Amino acid sequence: MTAPLLEIDNLHVTVDGREILRGLSLTIGAGEVHAVMGPNGSGKSTLSYVIAGREGYNVTEGSVRFRGEDVLEMEPEERSHAGLFLAFQYPLEIPGVGTNTFLRTAYNAHRKAHGEPELDGMAFLKLVREKTKALGIRDEMLKRPVNVGFSGGEKKRNEILQMALLEPALAVLDETDSGLDIDALKVVAEGVNALRAPDRSALVITHYQRLLSYIVPDHVHILADGRIVRSGGKELAIELEAKGYQDLIREAA
Amino acid sequence: MAAVTETIRQVEQVTTDRYKYGFVTDIEQETAPKGLSEDIIRFISAKKEEPEWMLEWRLEAFRVWQTMKSPDWAKLKFPPIDYQDAYYYAAPKKKPQLNSLDEVDPELLATYNKLGIPLDEQKILAGVVAVDAVFDSVSVATTFKEKLAEAGVIFCPISEAIRNHPDLVRKYLSSVVPVGDNYFAALNSAVFTDGSFVYVPPGVRCPMELSTYFRINAQNTGQFERTLIIADKGSYVSYLEGCTAPQRDENQLHAAVVELVAHDDAEIKYSTVQNWYPGDEDGKGGIYNFVTKRAACRGDRSKVSWTQVETGSAITWKYPSCILQGDHSVGEFYSVAITNNHQQADTGTKMIHLGRNTTSRIISKGISAGLSDNTYRGLVRIQGKAENARNYTQCDSLLVGDRCGAHTVPYIEMKNPTAQVEHEATTSKVSEDQLFYCRQRGIGEEEALGLIVNGFCKEVLQVLPMEFAVEAQKLVAISLEGSVG
Repeated sequence: MTAPLLEIDNLHVTVDGREILRGLSLTIGAGEVHAVMGPNGSGKSTLSYVIAGREGYNVTEGSVRFRGEDVLEMEPEERSHAGLFLAFQYPLEIPGVGTNTFLRTAYNAHRKAHGEPELDGMAFLKLVREKTKALGIRDEMLKRPVNVGFSGGEKKRNEILQMALLEPALAVLDETDSGLDIDALKVVAEGVNALRAPDRSALVITHYQRLLSYIVPDHVHILADGRIVRSGGKELAIELEAKGYQDLIREAA
Repeated sequence: MAAVTETIRQVEQVTTDRYKYGFVTDIEQETAPKGLSEDIIRFISAKKEEPEWMLEWRLEAFRVWQTMKSPDWAKLKFPPIDYQDAYYYAAPKKKPQLNSLDEVDPELLATYNKLGIPLDEQKILAGVVAVDAVFDSVSVATTFKEKLAEAGVIFCPISEAIRNHPDLVRKYLSSVVPVGDNYFAALNSAVFTDGSFVYVPPGVRCPMELSTYFRINAQNTGQFERTLIIADKGSYVSYLEGCTAPQRDENQLHAAVVELVAHDDAEIKYSTVQNWYPGDEDGKGGIYNFVTKRAACRGDRSKVSWTQVETGSAITWKYPSCILQGDHSVGEFYSVAITNNHQQADTGTKMIHLGRNTTSRIISKGISAGLSDNTYRGLVRIQGKAENARNYTQCDSLLVGDRCGAHTVPYIEMKNPTAQVEHEATTSKVSEDQLFYCRQRGIGEEEALGLIVNGFCKEVLQVLPMEFAVEAQKLVAISLEGSVG
């Protein structure tokens, strides 16, 4: 058996002295799509930020390994270069920086990290246009400053575009469905599905079952009070939809 | 947060060896004795072979200066300057009465090469830039004189203009910045040793960008250059100015005066990239930059546009201004001021509306990092006869880390009810979230900060001439290296 792509073992995390994750374990194999579902305050976003390396999340116990390597020792940009991608719940605005410039800077940072030559403006534009076309994104978006004045749907599409460009081994989608209407949701889901491949995995973090109708997971985990209380196949999400978190968590306890 | 303190520490490390222009050129200097007196002024005037009227003008300025006090209204802290402890004249010993660049001291040319100034004519042809290089206090060479002469444009050291074009100089010198305008302008008038002179005749569009590089080299030397640019009716000129100085432990004084005159339908675009030595991470050394820059939009429909990128100097005291006398005249001020470590900048503009239908536009971007203080100080004055005057001011401040300061001090005086004045100001911080977002996409912390800050300054950087824009972008990133917070 090959080593799993992501291995989280007994992870304890405090934020401002409060313990948010309390012994979370989760293993994701290559090519698998996992969904982590949980009520508000269960630690969903904390999980995604700890994986990506945001400041202010203090790991007190446990480990996170990506392709066997200790992720917690890596800088955020190193994790990105290694193939970890986080689609943000609230993508940040960067005034004055054109989306195309931002994408090219990120793309070339990856090329540099992998010892490959950087792409010049023309070559990159060709590449990014292929991606926007496939995702049904208008090129006009590339000229606008990063996420400034974008609608909720446009911001999420921009996240998916970045993901398509960087082709991560593991994409973590943090409540990507929040604030999206059904059309935008479909576009985002199609983007994620288009990237599904035997060597690419995804961790979909969501509150609702809705997104999982479009991105069908191989495994579903219920997160409550900082640890995973139940795991199952895609039918678990449907059961959750019927029973609600309270009942399911009570059953698991 | 831990990250903040750590990154601030990084800034401090990086800053020490960052100033790549901090070399000294070993050229024999001819200096006047230290100190300031009528004798020194006579010495300077004699050295420059100036006519009698010029000497009288200087002596008058010196008398005025002696009655004045150093201004204390700016938000700047510095110990009193001992004006008797500086040299007021330092020239490379080989007198630069040159016919071609071949005659310039090779050491000097090597310095300019180090600075990346395209002094050899080949490169200049490629860049279509004419350069006047002012080394310490003396203009060394003005390239491209002939091609400019064909167009009727005069571009030469001001000392040469005093000798060869006395009528123009007498007519315009101190007509925008009077001798007694302020303490530093008076000092400059008394002791200035060189600078650039430009005259563009009526209807002429100057065929190339004009450029001057200033460098302070000698120890304990003040640099007092004087620039005078006249755009006659319907003419256009774009002028670029770049500044560097070697690293020195003591503070050096730079007190320049720049006067611009735009006649009917004339336009002057004046761009500065100022990268004087800012001092070390403890605030030791660095240039004191006290500069008076003012434009008179004298003619109807005349236009003056100031663009500055200020990254250097220990202290910056500078307010490029426009006096909008002509009807429908336009004044613009685009500024990026970056301060790091112990740097202090008090900079901004004055837009004085006198004529009817005059408009002004002010876009100021201040970035503070380290322990620095960055103040925007701007005056918009609409006089009684300025019917339908309009002003738009936008002042944005960006803070990097939590130990620096940003201040905005706008003065608005309106004496005409038809005027429209708008002022917008914002202060923001480079957020950990923005940096994290960039880093999650694989962009390193410093590159991310450069990206964010360049985005913040974009409105200003994009009005710089092409030759400067790329350099300025790099300079913005370099000035902030390591200062992630």
